Amino acid sequence: MSNKKILEIKDLKVFYESSRSFFTGKNIVKAVNGLNIDINQGETFGLVGESGSGKSTVARAILNLVKSNSGEINLEEENLLKLKGSKLRSKQKQIGAIFQDPYSSLNPRMKIKDIIAEPLRVQGKKDVEEDVKNLLKMVGLDNRMDNRFPHEFSGGQRQRIGIARAISTNPKLIICDEPVSALDVSVQAQILNLLKDLQKKLNISYLFIAHDLSVVKYLSLKIGVMYLGKIVEMADSETIFSNPMHPYTKILINSIPVPDPKIERKKKFIPIKGDIPSASNPPAGCVFRTRCPNPTSDCKDGKSEMGLIEVEPDHWVDKCCVNCK
Amino acid sequence: MTNLLKNPLTFFSILILSILLILAIFPSQIAPMDPQKANYDALRSPPSRDHIMGTDYVGRDIASRVIYGVRTTLIIAFAAVILSKTIGFAWGLASGYFGGWFDLVTERIVEIMLSIPGLILALLLLAGLGSGKITVIIAIAVGGIAGTVRIIRSSVLSIKNMPYVEAAKAMGVHPIIIISRHIAPQCIAPLLVIASASLGGAIFTEATLSFLGLGITPNEPTWGSMMAVVAENYLRPLWWIAVFPGIALTVTIMAFNLIGDELRDRLDPKLKGEIKD
Amino acid sequence: MKNNYKLLDVKNLRTAFNVEGKDVTVVNDISFNLSPGEIVGLVGESGCGKSVTALSLMGLVPDPPGKILGGEIFLEGKDLLKFSESDMEKVRGKEIGMIFQEPMTSLNPVLTIGKQITEILELHQDMSKEEAINEAIDLLKLVGLTDPELRINDYPHKLSGGQRQRIMIAIALSCKPKILIADEPTTALDVTIQAQILELIQKLSNELGTSVILITHNLGILARYAHKINVMYAGHLIESGTTDEIFYNPKHPYTAGLLNSVPRLDLDPNIELPTIKGEVPNLAEFNEGCIFKTRCPNPTNDCKDGKSEMGLIEVEPGHLVDKCCVNCK
Repeated sequence: MSNKKILEIKDLKVFYESSRSFFTGKNIVKAVNGLNIDINQGETFGLVGESGSGKSTVARAILNLVKSNSGEINLEEENLLKLKGSKLRSKQKQIGAIFQDPYSSLNPRMKIKDIIAEPLRVQGKKDVEEDVKNLLKMVGLDNRMDNRFPHEFSGGQRQRIGIARAISTNPKLIICDEPVSALDVSVQAQILNLLKDLQKKLNISYLFIAHDLSVVKYLSLKIGVMYLGKIVEMADSETIFSNPMHPYTKILINSIPVPDPKIERKKKFIPIKGDIPSASNPPAGCVFRTRCPNPTSDCKDGKSEMGLIEVEPDHWVDKCCVNCK
Repeated sequence: MTNLLKNPLTFFSILILSILLILAIFPSQIAPMDPQKANYDALRSPPSRDHIMGTDYVGRDIASRVIYGVRTTLIIAFAAVILSKTIGFAWGLASGYFGGWFDLVTERIVEIMLSIPGLILALLLLAGLGSGKITVIIAIAVGGIAGTVRIIRSSVLSIKNMPYVEAAKAMGVHPIIIISRHIAPQCIAPLLVIASASLGGAIFTEATLSFLGLGITPNEPTWGSMMAVVAENYLRPLWWIAVFPGIALTVTIMAFNLIGDELRDRLDPKLKGEIKD
Repeated sequence: MKNNYKLLDVKNLRTAFNVEGKDVTVVNDISFNLSPGEIVGLVGESGCGKSVTALSLMGLVPDPPGKILGGEIFLEGKDLLKFSESDMEKVRGKEIGMIFQEPMTSLNPVLTIGKQITEILELHQDMSKEEAINEAIDLLKLVGLTDPELRINDYPHKLSGGQRQRIMIAIALSCKPKILIADEPTTALDVTIQAQILELIQKLSNELGTSVILITHNLGILARYAHKINVMYAGHLIESGTTDEIFYNPKHPYTAGLLNSVPRLDLDPNIELPTIKGEVPNLAEFNEGCIFKTRCPNPTNDCKDGKSEMGLIEVEPGHLVDKCCVNCK
């Protein structure tokens, strides 16, 4: 595994306006508020967070589905945010995408061979039949089925088709936006194994976005925990689980029930106060202070400043929460 | 296909439309007489064995005129609908997909156009453009554009946020190709529904225009103008001159409306079914 | 809780839906029971019939296209399937409460929260308006909603998913039913909120003595909260037992396969996840024999030929498994 940096996101900010009622005026939602991520070749970075964390917005920003306000998204040294038109398009062949819902991420009126070949056609390739058959084989589907329509396949099979489409241009990076959340448990396992397999074979990097920590852990080397537009803790997956330092990470891990009754009985439940605040009106100072079980008095007043600091080699935690235990 | 014929109304409508089609294509073979030939011996005669629908004020055979009227009616109606739906479809697609200023302006224009009754719009246009086949077609077509734009636009709005469209955007597919490959095909079903529903209306508008004397030429037989003649001669109204074209109009419009309903019933659930599965 | 009294005793329940002209049995010979204060889990993947089972218990199966083909549902000794619609109306809400998966759409958007709760209280408990409002505030306090006196006048769209689900629980428990059916109550919620809601359900079950049927596809939830577990597959109940027995001593290959294929926080990520080969069969096309035969890692010859008969047998006290799969390991 080479240490070549494939993706480098620097201080990414994605804000959008949600105009509410006539009375409250325009609201600015700071969906992503200063994000930094590095992914090397052949590695998986897991991005975890709940609703409102901004993790899906990160994916959309990289895929050019939303406009980013500032920052850099460097794919192999080139900043995607500064590219346009055909230059952007030729760079886009290096990025693939897998989406959450296998039922709506494939055009119901297109044959699957056309769905899978579309990224190749965008890049100008004309003779795609052989490629499609190879891709179908690679994702574990019968290559004689290329003339069928999506509704003739099950959820798990459709997700495989989506994966075939994502790897068709031989990309260096694939953005996986909750790729298994909508699948049954037994199918989930098959898809996760496939993703791992393909990563080994093709040396692809994944940005794996999910809300389920146990799934993320299975695939990821490094994990970043997002809350309200910021990463609050980032480390390799072993460390995140063996030594979580941010109170939110601890609560997140504690909230996920492990399918093992003895372990669950020993677990002490950490209650978390309240609900996730609205992203259009995040708390001032540390965004987590409204739900922190033990905030310092500075924190409660909204006076603490956020920012990741390296508490141990390669383990970053937001500085204002390092002290709240 | 076979269960299409099980519903008696649908069967009836398809039968009517088939007959109309035959009449439209082969009027000269079926019509008993020349529709323009004036027969001064049989002026204003009621239905009889020689003239099953009677003759008009200059002795022309009503039945033949009704039959020749089918072709005129169908051509104008289809042309108007095709014209208005094509423009409306393209405009709706662009407005829905690109949004922004173009969409805002489109919506305002659509609102204005929808607030004017189609007939008034057609009258105003004819007053400006003068009479004739082409101008009548345009006049009828203009009234049908706004509604189409609105329906197609709302279809586009719901489709353009679907993950498979986003997937195409993320790949770098050109916007025009996204519209033609991913969005337009899903809008064909609502387009067909609205097109079939408008045919009845287009036929009726044309008949009304002819009735008011603003239709095509006074000699070419159209059902509306045939009925108008009776109104002019109210002192001696001869019922058969108006009633037979009137029946033809009613039956034709009804058949198209029923087919339109059937089409909507079949296409709507299928449309929902395919996206949701 | 170790009571053997069967508050709810479901026997051989069968429900079918009419799909394109054919009757497909989606709940096929289900039998299980519930004691007072127990939390029983009903687990299975999509299409296994667990939600239809819940609807059958409540008499909410839409008819057409569904219909209950047979079986008995004994609630405190009385067969619900013999009840008339007006009798069932007295059961729903009062004896059995239900909460659904989508809190976003389960509440009426044009009624205030208060109205939705007091409506049920006035109906079932014969309370006056004032009494009902006070009771509603108490209920909202019970489910941990902050500022209940203010929430009473709020409309659903002002509240978050977690808050709405708490209100659903308040409504479901308003008449102190003996049984609460929770159909995937937390699937649509964030993980931290999920934990809060499940803790709440457990706490209320302990405090009020309510039995809970917890329907989910998430095994972790059942490991933590369920006393007993029933495993469903493609309309059949294929294994049933205490939580410990199911997790540590699964007898059916499907149960074992399911437990193995869940990625766990405490397992080595370098090992490939074991999977169950194949897919759930199409119930409309399935013919005969063991429903699991197409995916069993080790089917007997009889099984492969479709000759084996299904049916639960007790392999250990309290631990039931479908008989044809007991031997396939």
